Amino acid sequence: MKKLVILGAGTAGTMVANRLVRMLNMDQWHITLVDQDPVHYYQPGFLFAPFGIYTQKDLFKPKVCFIPPLVKLIQATIEAVDPDQNKVHLGNGMTLSYDFLIIATGTDIHPEETPGLGEHEWGKSIHTFYSFQGALALTQRLRNWEGGRLVVNVVDNPIKCPVAPLEFIMLADWYFHEHGMRDKVELIYATPLDGAFTKPVASRLIGEMLSDKGIQVESEFMIEHVEPDAKKIISYDEREIDYDLLVSIPLNKGADVIGKAGLGDELNYVPVDKHTLLSNKYPNIFALGDAAAIPTSKAGSVAHYAIDLFGDNFVRYTEGYELLPTFDGHANCFIESGFGKGVLLDFNYEQEPLPGLFPMPGVGPFSLLKESEMNHWGKLMFRWMYWNILLKGQELPLTPTMSMMGKWKV
Amino acid sequence: MATRTICGVTVQVNDEGFMTNPAEWNKDIAVELAKEEGIAELTPNHWKVIDFCRQSAATSGAAPTIRTITSGSGISTKELFSLFPKGPAKKVAKISGLGKPEGCV
Ligand SMILES: Cc1cc2nc3c(=O)[nH]c(=O)nc-3n(C[C@H](O)[C@H](O)[C@H](O)COP(=O)(O)OP(=O)(O)OC[C@H]3O[C@@H](n4cnc5c(N)ncnc54)[C@H](O)[C@@H]3O)c2cc1C
Repeated sequence: MKKLVILGAGTAGTMVANRLVRMLNMDQWHITLVDQDPVHYYQPGFLFAPFGIYTQKDLFKPKVCFIPPLVKLIQATIEAVDPDQNKVHLGNGMTLSYDFLIIATGTDIHPEETPGLGEHEWGKSIHTFYSFQGALALTQRLRNWEGGRLVVNVVDNPIKCPVAPLEFIMLADWYFHEHGMRDKVELIYATPLDGAFTKPVASRLIGEMLSDKGIQVESEFMIEHVEPDAKKIISYDEREIDYDLLVSIPLNKGADVIGKAGLGDELNYVPVDKHTLLSNKYPNIFALGDAAAIPTSKAGSVAHYAIDLFGDNFVRYTEGYELLPTFDGHANCFIESGFGKGVLLDFNYEQEPLPGLFPMPGVGPFSLLKESEMNHWGKLMFRWMYWNILLKGQELPLTPTMSMMGKWKV
Repeated sequence: MATRTICGVTVQVNDEGFMTNPAEWNKDIAVELAKEEGIAELTPNHWKVIDFCRQSAATSGAAPTIRTITSGSGISTKELFSLFPKGPAKKVAKISGLGKPEGCV
C-alpha cells in the first residue's frame, strides 16, 4: 500500500482528498487527512457577517460531512514534520509515515506581530473579520457603533483573499448609508500597496470606485505599531492615522510547524514550482492552497483551479511519469462593491485582470472589471457552490486555465 | 518596450521606469537612478541592501519583498525606510535594476 498524508482539511485539503479518492486505485492507496479543528469554516462568509448579510450559522459545518468514507480523518495538531524521514508527528502521540505528502495548512492571522495590535483594545476598538470569532465580535461592534472614523488597515502582503479588505470598506459604506449614518462616518483605507490593488488596470478602476464612494486611500502605509490608548496607527515612515474603530488585517503567515520543518520561506509559505506545486526541495512533497508560495492570489477559487489540474498530474507522477507544467495561476475574484453590486476579476500569472465577459465570451453572464448586479449574485451563489460542488471536489463547467477569449485589451 | 540612456548605457525599461533586464545594470546606473528617487548619496548601508537584492533576485528571479530584505540583509525595517523612504521595496528594486516587486496578488 502507498501512503498519502494530507496536512490540513480546509478548502484545499478537503477538495484534493475528494478528488484523489476517485482518481487513485484505493486498493493500493491509504489517504490520511490531519486537522486540529473539527469545524470547517466558510471563510468568504466572514466578510458578510459583520453587515448582517450572513448569520453565524451560515459560516460553518462539521468537517466530517465533506470527507469521503475511504479517507481517514485524524483530528489532531500537527506537531512536527520530518521530511528527511518521511514522517509527521501529531499532538496525540501518533507518528504517520508517508510516501507522498500534501501540505494544505493554509494561512492565518498574527496580530501579535504588530506591537499594540492584539493587546488590551483587541475586540474593543480594534477588530478583524479575518477569523470566525473576529467576524462575530465585529458584527456586535458595528451594530452599536455611533460613528466616527473607521480605518481599515492591511498590515502586510500577501494576505488571503487580497480583495476582501476593499470589499469590507465598500460594504461598510453601503451599510452606513442604509442605517442613515453615512454622514457620521469617515472611511479610510490604509494599505502598504501604492494603490487600491496590485494590478494596474484593476487598481485604477477600484481606485475610482473608492473615491466615488468618498473612501480615502492612504497608500504605501506600512504599519509599525498601534497606540491602542491614543487610538492611532503609526507607519515606519512616521505617518499617523487616528481612528475610532480600527479594522485590521493582521500579518498573514503559514503554519509555524511548516517553518520549523525547514519547508517554508520567511512567512512559512512553501516554495514550490508554480506550475506543478511540487516542493523545490523534496520530490515527494506538494503544497496546495494558501500554504504554497506562488505569485497568485491566496483564494479558494485558485485552489480549485489548481487542484483541477493537480489531480491528473499527481496520478501521472505516482505512475512514474513527469509532472506537466499545467497550472497558470488562474484566479477569479468576485469583489462586492456595495448596493447589491459586484465586480469580477479573472487573471493569471502573466495576464492582469481585463474587462470583458465571463465565462462565455461575449455572453457572460458575468462582466469582468465592471460593476453589475449579476456579479453580486455570483458572489452569493458561491456559498452554495462551495459547500455542494467545490469541497466535494466536483468539476465546474469552467476551464481551469485562464482564457483570453471574451476579454478586451485596454 | 521603451529604452532610455543612463550614464551612456542604453537600457530597456517598462512604462513605470523599472529596468527589465538586470544584466544591463551597473553601479553608475544605480547612483543615477537613486538621484532620480531623491537619494543624493548611496552610503555603505544602501549598497548592502542593493547587493542583497541583486543576489536575492538572481536566485529567485524576482525582486525581494521588504520582509525578505530585512530578514536576509540584517537591516531593520525602520532603517530600511530611512534609507529608501516611502515604499522601500519598490525603490530598491528600481535602483537595483530589477523589475517591480510582485509583492502580492
Ligand atoms: C474574509 C475572507 C474572505 C474570503 N473570500 C474569498 C472569496 O470570496 N473567494 C475565494 O475564493 N476565497 C476567499 N477567501 C480565501 C479562502 O477562504 C482561502 O483561500 C481558502 O480557504 C484556502 O484554503 P486552504 O485549504 O489553503 O486553507 P484553509 O481552508 O484555511 O485550511 C487550513 C487548515 O489547516 C489546518 N491547520 C493549520 N495548521 C495546523 C496544525 N498545525 N495542525 C493541524 N491542523 C492545522 C487548519 O485547522 C485548517 O483547517 C476568503 C478568506 C477570508 C479570510
